[in-house]
Amino acid sequence: MRIIINPADCDGFGFCAQIVPELLSLDEWGFPVVREDEVPESLVRAARQAVHLCPRKAVSLLESRNTDSRTRVTVR
Amino acid sequence: MSTMEALSQTERLIERGVEPGGPTLEAHLRRNGGLPLPSIDGGRLLAEIERAGLTGRGGAGFPTFKKLHLAQSGVRTTLVVNVMEGEPASAKDRFLVTKSPHLVVDGAEILASALGAKKIVICVPANSAALPQLLVRVLAERAAQRSPTTTIEVKRLSGRYVSGEESALVSSVAGHVGVPKFRLDKSVPLTIGRDTALVHNVETLANIALIARYGADWFRSVGSPEAPGTRLITVSGSVERPGVVEIATGTPISAILELAGPTAPIQAVLVGGYGGTWLPGQHAGVAFAPTELAAFGASMGVGVLVALGAGSCGIRETARIASFMASESSGQCGPCLFGLPAIAEDLQALADARIDRRILDRLVHRLGMVDGRGACRHPDGVVRLVRSALVVFATDIDSHVRGVACAGSARTSVLMGRLSIADRR
Repeated sequence: MRIIINPADCDGFGFCAQIVPELLSLDEWGFPVVREDEVPESLVRAARQAVHLCPRKAVSLLESRNTDSRTRVTVR
Repeated sequence: MSTMEALSQTERLIERGVEPGGPTLEAHLRRNGGLPLPSIDGGRLLAEIERAGLTGRGGAGFPTFKKLHLAQSGVRTTLVVNVMEGEPASAKDRFLVTKSPHLVVDGAEILASALGAKKIVICVPANSAALPQLLVRVLAERAAQRSPTTTIEVKRLSGRYVSGEESALVSSVAGHVGVPKFRLDKSVPLTIGRDTALVHNVETLANIALIARYGADWFRSVGSPEAPGTRLITVSGSVERPGVVEIATGTPISAILELAGPTAPIQAVLVGGYGGTWLPGQHAGVAFAPTELAAFGASMGVGVLVALGAGSCGIRETARIASFMASESSGQCGPCLFGLPAIAEDLQALADARIDRRILDRLVHRLGMVDGRGACRHPDGVVRLVRSALVVFATDIDSHVRGVACAGSARTSVLMGRLSIADRR
């Protein structure tokens, strides 16, 4: 599973980086940087919470291992 | 701006000796032969475009046939013709439309016919008066021969730097705000209402018009085997005759600059546009072709070459470009909205010799922070440009961080305002 930030929707509330600091950090302007986009099993619950708590709905999770064409995309 | 009328057999796209108001349909057909419409076989044309090895001329250089295959799977298609040309150092699209409007419209109509697209929208920047006038005249002249089931219109849209970005343009045409869209998978087609939108640059379309007439072998007979054909190049900077030339790919950059008459020894060349790469002057002999340019981290981009003569300050010029690019952010994405001005300020301070190593390190860190973090490639282009400046102008940077600005940092910019070509002939 991968965590994705839509930079055009993100307004830098920063909740996501507080919820999963293992995956996301904030840059000097307060916007989340994806340090590690693969979400390990142990963080799936927290990652889902980050998705739900984003006021701008800018965080999403993508299944990595199905055949959906979207998963061919690499996300930084 | 003058036209450099110095080239010979590689001139395929540009029609010479054109009367004011553009060439008539009759003159165009006399030069290029009749249109292979309406008998065009879509499958055959696509195969021919693939065999020709045509790549998009709007900057990304994506293989044209791949893009066409994506659209084919769609139900209905709207063909969007991109003449936005937001890149300030580029004038080739306006130049091409002004000199060879019929060739461009040929390409659009041939492609629409091949794909069964019923709608063609030609997008021009709202600040140009000449282009829409010319196009409306040209379309009227061609009305009689056009398939009655295809509609074609000219749309004037706000012309900012990112307006011509594919997803931003499609969004504008669809009546939404013209800003780039965050797309995870670029193979998912863009849409306008229920139609699949297919965006093509005018130089790509003009090449399609020629491939449809003369075939892939003819197309490949000029240029490097890896990137066949010709390229329209806008040459500016420290040159006597800035303008647009058509060259065979693989031509050495120094030879292209020579056509424009360099006014000073060249210390560096900006290759590809404002989001491009600085090439050191001593390597200006490199061929204008993908693999050769890749060795310097550069690509052909939109066919822009800006010569930086000895005596100018590359850091100052880069700072100017970065400031412009910062002001052209669509403002959607934080890293671009805040990062680009921060980078531009650091560069400004560096050009003024007001910073030390520590701030230079911060600049490098910021480049890494902004890279790849926008919905579109706008910030990435700035990062590429600035990184190349840090390498190519390393000696100057050394003295700037020691507090000694070079004499060139006070010089007038070699970068011009928007090159005007279509409006001043």
